[in-house]
Amino acid sequence: MSSLERSDVARLAALARIDMTDADLDRLSGQLAVIVDAVAKVAEVAGEDVPATSHPIPMANIHREDEVRPSLSQDDALAAAPEAEDGRFRVPQILGEEA
Amino acid sequence: MTTMTYEQAMEDFDPVFGIEVHVELNTKTKMFCGCANEFGAEPNTQVCPVCLGLPGAMPVTNEKAVESAIRLGLALGCSIRESSRFARKNYFYPDLAKDYQISQYDEPTCYEGSLDVVLDDGTVVTIGIERAHMEEDAGKNTHVGGTGGIQGADYSLVDYNRGGVPLVEIVTKPITGMGARTAEVARAYVATIRDIVRALGISDGRMEQGSVRADVNLSLRPKAVAGESQDDVPFGKRSETKNVNSLRAIERAVHFEAARQAMLLLSGEHVVQETRHWHEDTSSTTPGRSKEEAEDYRYFPEPDLLPVEPSREWVEELRSTIPEHPAKMRARLREEWGFSDLEMRDVVAADALVLIAATVQAGTSAQAARKWWMGELSRVANDREVALIELPVTPDAVAELQGLIDEGRINDKLARQALEGVLAGEGSPAEVVASRGLEVVSDDSALEKAVDDALAAQPDVLAKIQDGKVQAAGAIVGAVMKATRGQADAGRVREIILQRAGVEG
Repeated sequence: MSSLERSDVARLAALARIDMTDADLDRLSGQLAVIVDAVAKVAEVAGEDVPATSHPIPMANIHREDEVRPSLSQDDALAAAPEAEDGRFRVPQILGEEA
Repeated sequence: MTTMTYEQAMEDFDPVFGIEVHVELNTKTKMFCGCANEFGAEPNTQVCPVCLGLPGAMPVTNEKAVESAIRLGLALGCSIRESSRFARKNYFYPDLAKDYQISQYDEPTCYEGSLDVVLDDGTVVTIGIERAHMEEDAGKNTHVGGTGGIQGADYSLVDYNRGGVPLVEIVTKPITGMGARTAEVARAYVATIRDIVRALGISDGRMEQGSVRADVNLSLRPKAVAGESQDDVPFGKRSETKNVNSLRAIERAVHFEAARQAMLLLSGEHVVQETRHWHEDTSSTTPGRSKEEAEDYRYFPEPDLLPVEPSREWVEELRSTIPEHPAKMRARLREEWGFSDLEMRDVVAADALVLIAATVQAGTSAQAARKWWMGELSRVANDREVALIELPVTPDAVAELQGLIDEGRINDKLARQALEGVLAGEGSPAEVVASRGLEVVSDDSALEKAVDDALAAQPDVLAKIQDGKVQAAGAIVGAVMKATRGQADAGRVREIILQRAGVEG
């Protein structure tokens, strides 16, 4: 039983802004389904008393003191920007006219 | 039907609403990095690899922000989760450098609270709090070209100084049964949150600068028919109006959305579940981004941050720092200070309550403290177009100033001059009095000479006083005050005049 459909992969690709051809979708939905099904076996093995794990290492509360540390200069911050203007990152149009 | 009022909408429908409030914390640094959290710096000068989302950068939680979030949760009556974690909320938008926002999803730090909100007429409404969770703010977009809005802009510019600033988002449970008072309750709720974050000292609570921002969710359902319980009527489709950033706008946004939805429903149309933008200039909302892709944030646990597990001892320690509920404090102080309802309302509206309380704490009478903050200092703040709290004078200084008056060392007029010096940065009230030479002339021989000079200049006045027209002494008091450049004790001057005239005061 595959828990991941081709349409799921297409949707995830769209959400993640990844262009995929039909051939990509065919190939990857098969591969991803195998991975998802394999991981799903863990749920079968784990009993009710085993909580879901998000962090494998049993650590918590690693905090930082609220003390200011130096930031980058504006020039350094913008150095890798494809385009900058007025000390700011310049980005393409966000919404078109029709939005 | 082309238009409809809120009141008309309330005749046929029962509103259900919920509010999300984002509170920007006033920590020194950002949520996950050591960049300064300060408003108004040059663009992109408070950024680093973490808040710019550069590859390999690792976030670390700001302990003070966690503390502030827990204190806020406690003030809202929430339970504090023994173990909570952060999650990534994934979406693409240029003000989000990483293409995800670090937030909390299934395990918010604070959950299941309730908050009493007091309306203007004293009615108390209890608002259920679903959760209060930590997250980071986004950067700021400036749109270039077109009309300056996002739609029709040629391109946009992004400043990430605000990106990563700590936020607490407070989400209410659906609020029902408020009927026509919905708008008032919504406003009072946000005002209460603002007052609480200020009282906690965790945010400046300035809505006009965006440090407290509200999203208003509203839907309408038909009023129950006879024999039917309103609770059995299902909720309608809701709209979410984003970034409503003043108390007045909250009320207006509820008015507008209720009327808009009622009109749609009465003409047989449907309300679309959507995000809407609030427009302050027209007091109206318009649809937000098109819905070509449904919201799907693909939340998952943030692998770069460890769970937050506040010890019960720490939580209890923080609980002991929670100030009194603002409305209860106002009622108590009004009683203690003997202010009228009107006086109290003015004090609250001027954001002077905490300042007056601190001044009283420093030893001044409530009425004297009120006189300074609501009088002279409000006038100066107004002239300078700043909030009272931003004036360069502390409650302690005001108390010191009043103390000098009470000791008879200066009079009201000299006190105003001393205050002027304090506001100009010349030092404490006592220092200004000394350096400007403002002490009242209490040396009787100097005053007696001034009185004699004044009486000699206006010989008819003495006769009038001796005839029993004691109020005529005012002219002499005025002349003496003028001669001493306001530095005489008017009460003492009056006594000397009456002695000279040989009548009892």
